[in-house]
Amino acid sequence: MADRCLRLRLVPDVACDPVHELTVRPLIHARGLTKRFGTFTAVDAIDFDVAPGEAFGFLGPNGAGKTTAMRMVGCVSPPSEGELTVLGLDPRTHGPQIRAQIGVVPQQDSLDTELTVRENLLIYGRYFDLSRREAGRRADHLLAFVQLSERAGDHVEPLSGGMKRRLTIARSLINEPSLLLLDEPTTGLDPQARHLLWDRLYRLKQRGVTLVLTTHYMDEAEQLCDRLVVMDKAHIVAEGSPRQLIDRHSSREVTELRFAPDVKDQLGSRLDGIGERIEDLPDRLLVYAQDGDAVVQAVHERGVRPESVLVRRSTLEDVFLRLTGRSLVD
Amino acid sequence: MASPAVRVLEHRLLEYRRTFRGSIFNSFLSPALFLAAMGVGVGTYVDSTGSAALGGVPYLAFLAPGLLAASAMQTAAGESTFPILAAIVWVRQFPAMLATPISIRDIVLGQIGYFAVRLVLVATIFVAVVIALGAASSPLIVLAIPAAVLTGLAFATPISAFSATIRDGAEFNLLFRFVITPLFLFSGTFFPIEQLPEPLRLVAWITPLYQGVALTRGLALGTLTAPDAAVHVTYLAVLAVAGAFVFERALSRRLVP
Repeated sequence: MADRCLRLRLVPDVACDPVHELTVRPLIHARGLTKRFGTFTAVDAIDFDVAPGEAFGFLGPNGAGKTTAMRMVGCVSPPSEGELTVLGLDPRTHGPQIRAQIGVVPQQDSLDTELTVRENLLIYGRYFDLSRREAGRRADHLLAFVQLSERAGDHVEPLSGGMKRRLTIARSLINEPSLLLLDEPTTGLDPQARHLLWDRLYRLKQRGVTLVLTTHYMDEAEQLCDRLVVMDKAHIVAEGSPRQLIDRHSSREVTELRFAPDVKDQLGSRLDGIGERIEDLPDRLLVYAQDGDAVVQAVHERGVRPESVLVRRSTLEDVFLRLTGRSLVD
Repeated sequence: MASPAVRVLEHRLLEYRRTFRGSIFNSFLSPALFLAAMGVGVGTYVDSTGSAALGGVPYLAFLAPGLLAASAMQTAAGESTFPILAAIVWVRQFPAMLATPISIRDIVLGQIGYFAVRLVLVATIFVAVVIALGAASSPLIVLAIPAAVLTGLAFATPISAFSATIRDGAEFNLLFRFVITPLFLFSGTFFPIEQLPEPLRLVAWITPLYQGVALTRGLALGTLTAPDAAVHVTYLAVLAVAGAFVFERALSRRLVP
């Protein structure tokens, strides 16, 4: 935990510990960053910094403003207000220079279905002004990295969703970026495909590539992110490592009590005083406490008989529920 | 370093390679069929009654340059409707390009370059067919090629701008039915617009295809006066350039809001 604190101390912040004060320039620096579309404010005065080598996440439900924030960082949506630098440059004036050094994995696939797998990488390399030979060399290397070498000559259309995502990641790496932006990289993929993708992203992180991703999956955020911000309704509502967020905003354990539809409404105050806090969801109650088994025992002692009981560790889902009163994925 | 716009053109040409053979074959077949049916078939009939209204040239020689300009319009319309909307919405080549150093202006310029390549191919093949059929009244027919390319560009950029503003392509049917087809029929392609009643003649004169047909035909037949040439070229060039700016603006609004 100590070294994480050290690594995340950034120039514009006041250092938490003078001994560990570092002068690492953030790769992304945002203050009061705002985006409006007409009268609608998609991102409302958010502050964040991303340090080199970090894996940083925007966690939040659909419509929270994650993608808009990413698009501003990716220099394809000019900020309405506020300060933003990416790689030390201003996206308003240096868009092409910034984009030359970053990789982008968009939420929606944008592979060229008229071309083959390998041609998709070649033509993309050309956009970064690589020679044909160099683009070809990198394409072959990247296809091996994302385990698509055997499909090099195939057209894109018959590939599975997971393969297309992997190809998109390979494409985003053709310019050997130091910063990779991933907008919901695994949405819509099956578990196996997600794990393969996470593994590749983890390897990139090991090589020192800075990852910035949006997700509405808490497990993805926990797997990949060193640090994340929770976004809700255009604002950042919390910031920290997954562990810190859970420690700060939730209890150690959660006891999920499921009831038949009518039974829950008739409980009244019978569970009052159990645990630190009770969250009332449509189909179940979540009881937050340090010791989940003790909660189960207390519930039984009061003669309440839930249909099923589950004791688990707190997750980011609980943090999100606590902060916004809503679930992440509706 | 080559201009980024050249990369956009390179991408489009790489895609075009897939449909190249069919497209070239079609470029030969379409004028050959039209010239045979209309030029030789109808032409024999027209020429037998005297061709004074055509300026004294055989109908085939009158028709060929007009049809060339109209073909340029149709090629331009084909390339600037569904392929442009696809690049924005369905295949999303444009958003993919914008994640790289490529800018909206590079996309517009590269796309114009691709239109020009397609139009030069279509016009050159067309003229080759005309010459092969013995329908060229003079070697001046080669001058019709750049005229046809300009005509095509005057359609390609405004239609691209239109494509950049619509949602799903249903509007294209209206465009083809109520704009492209009437222009094809009534802009002097098949008969001189002087044959039309007075008010319609003026309408026909104002259409971009008439300007393109008049320029192309005037060059091919050697009948074009300098003032007329200046009017036609200015009209078409202004349309092409203005269309490019509107296209750029429409793409900006849509892709980098």
